[in-house]
Amino acid sequence: MVLTVAVDRSPEAARPWIEAARPIHPALIDTPHLVADLYNMVNVPTVVWVDEDGRIVRPNDVAFGTDTFRHITGIEAARHLELLRGWVRGEMAPLGEVQTRARQKLPSPSDQLARAEFGLGQWLHERGRPEAAGRHFVKAGELAPHDFMVRRGTMPMRGLDPMGPEFRAMLGDWTKAGNRYYLPLGD
Amino acid sequence: MATFTLVIDGLAVEGPGRAVDGRARLVPDRVWDALGGMPTMESDLEAIATGLDRPLAVDVEERVAFLGVSARARAARLASLQAPDFTLPDLDGHQHSLAEQRGKKVFLVAWGSW
Repeated sequence: MVLTVAVDRSPEAARPWIEAARPIHPALIDTPHLVADLYNMVNVPTVVWVDEDGRIVRPNDVAFGTDTFRHITGIEAARHLELLRGWVRGEMAPLGEVQTRARQKLPSPSDQLARAEFGLGQWLHERGRPEAAGRHFVKAGELAPHDFMVRRGTMPMRGLDPMGPEFRAMLGDWTKAGNRYYLPLGD
Repeated sequence: MATFTLVIDGLAVEGPGRAVDGRARLVPDRVWDALGGMPTMESDLEAIATGLDRPLAVDVEERVAFLGVSARARAARLASLQAPDFTLPDLDGHQHSLAEQRGKKVFLVAWGSW
């Protein structure tokens, strides 16, 4: 069962993509960043495997459905899809608890403060105070510079193009400092 | 006394409050109901949040604060490996939850139009 969650500022932002995909699975809209926060997701796309008993058997990973962005991300779609098929078909056991926990990244106090700042910014933005909101979005990004759900996800609310020059500058600074934008788990 | 809003667990609670030296001080009996405290004493909101081990984002000019979730609580939940449940709407406004999928393997995908 596929369950997709659009971590977006409104259903309308996600609508064109969902309607084009015509999914038969539940395609949910997460404007309050609920799933992102619960699972400590810091970028999209993020995928999690949950078994029949509601247990996380593969924690946050990066996976793409196609190789459309492979030349940018360096991530090959087929590898994760192959692992996924193996698990779904029961041909391959998942990682096991020790490995799963070892691969989890857990949130720090400043990560959670960043999320509170984001929540405050969102609350203000929804009530027509975009300048005040922007200050909290910026503060959130400073508290958790690795959290692109916040740093890039808030750009549309701040009147910035998430694919535009501010994002490219942010990405440039991030990668020049030796960081990775995507953190795939690998095998 | 003017009002101050505290956003806690998705609920906005208003009470009398003022800003002193950039900090929020409240005598918010309804907030106290929400936090479980004493209704008549004015107190520093950040001190309350620290006592609860929860992060607090404050905007004194806008007279609103947002109480977040503790890292300890989030981390413990994730480390238990029990997938946190959630309920969210689809485009038609119908609510769906992860718990409804119990008994099936779930491939959870978070994406964004950005």
